[in-house]
Amino acid sequence: MATLKELAARGDKFTGGHRACAGCGATIAARQALLAAGKHKVVAGCATGCLEVVSTIFPYTAWNVPFIHSAFENAAATVSGVEAAYQSLKRQGRITENIKFIAFGGDGGTYDIGIQSLSGAMERGHDMLYICYNNQAYMNTGIQRSSATPRGCNTTTSPAGRKIPGKAQFRKDLTEIMAAHNIPYVAQCVIGNWSDFTRKVEKALDKGGAAFINILQPCRLGWGYKPELTAELGRLAVETCFWPLYEVEDGVYKLNATPKDKKPITDWLFQQERFRHLKQPANGAIVDEIQREVDQRWERLVRKCDG
Amino acid sequence: MSLKKYQDLALGGNIERGGTAVDFKTGDWRSLKPVYKPENCIHCLFCWAYCPDSAVHVADGKMAGFDLDHCKGCGICAHECPGKKGAKAIVMEPEVK
Repeated sequence: MATLKELAARGDKFTGGHRACAGCGATIAARQALLAAGKHKVVAGCATGCLEVVSTIFPYTAWNVPFIHSAFENAAATVSGVEAAYQSLKRQGRITENIKFIAFGGDGGTYDIGIQSLSGAMERGHDMLYICYNNQAYMNTGIQRSSATPRGCNTTTSPAGRKIPGKAQFRKDLTEIMAAHNIPYVAQCVIGNWSDFTRKVEKALDKGGAAFINILQPCRLGWGYKPELTAELGRLAVETCFWPLYEVEDGVYKLNATPKDKKPITDWLFQQERFRHLKQPANGAIVDEIQREVDQRWERLVRKCDG
Repeated sequence: MSLKKYQDLALGGNIERGGTAVDFKTGDWRSLKPVYKPENCIHCLFCWAYCPDSAVHVADGKMAGFDLDHCKGCGICAHECPGKKGAKAIVMEPEVK
């Protein structure tokens, strides 16, 4: 695993001057991923979403690698097509160098709109890594709920008020869906643990074959917190077991972090404006429900990792 | 910054090289600025690793100041800074006092 000094020596492939909010987590994910991939030649692609919109405002681009964007729902299909073309050109001897392929998509472009193209690309076994920067709602278009949005969360399409206390459903577990594709490598990461994330990106690329990483990315605007807390809130999601760090390598589950003292979920929820309404005593039952769900999912995962 | 005229653009509107966003300065978004205190710095590079705007300079594996043309003043660097004996190597100060 590369140290920060080694990563720094590789040089940034995702530059400043993009127009993301101050304290944006998605751009941290893109930067760290490309640094981790820095020892390879890389082609990147992106689904429509915050990351694509802020980094490619014409006539500027923050990507210092070959970059392709086509639409919201087909980042995985697009990059898998580029990878297939590369394999063909390589067979013909028209390309000799080794190239790695990384697709980025937000939770909207991955959990909802892009899931069929992602599932197809992973099933076909393209030599590519898909990174979902998961900020748990459609942040780019004004914070609408997605299937990654957690229960009780206030969004503009699940507004907390007198009628409903935020989103009614629990979030979908996409990492598990991808693990069920039986691909070589699936992992869950978080903004706020650079060593875990860069190690997993390197591992996924070195391993070869289809790989998927789901990185929880605190969003300053959509989650409602002070911008300096982006990394802190990510780590807190791990410490409360809301977002466990684990990897599934060739079907074998491995837990990468076990919190010494599992913190109550309220430690994480109540730092965010999007859950503010849950502080009201009338919504206490929802908080209990969320805690129960976190506990159940955590225990299920621990059982899988224990084999 | 003046906008380009159509004659100045590449054919088809292509962007002909990567990483051109560095030509766009986002430093004027800032209301708080990071101030570096080298005496408290242990060169862990956490500030560099977590900067969303690639606005921390690193030279020879050591923290080497800020790129204030692009820093948006989010303060992640100061928050993540472990400092030395509890004293931070990065503190956020208002741009205008």
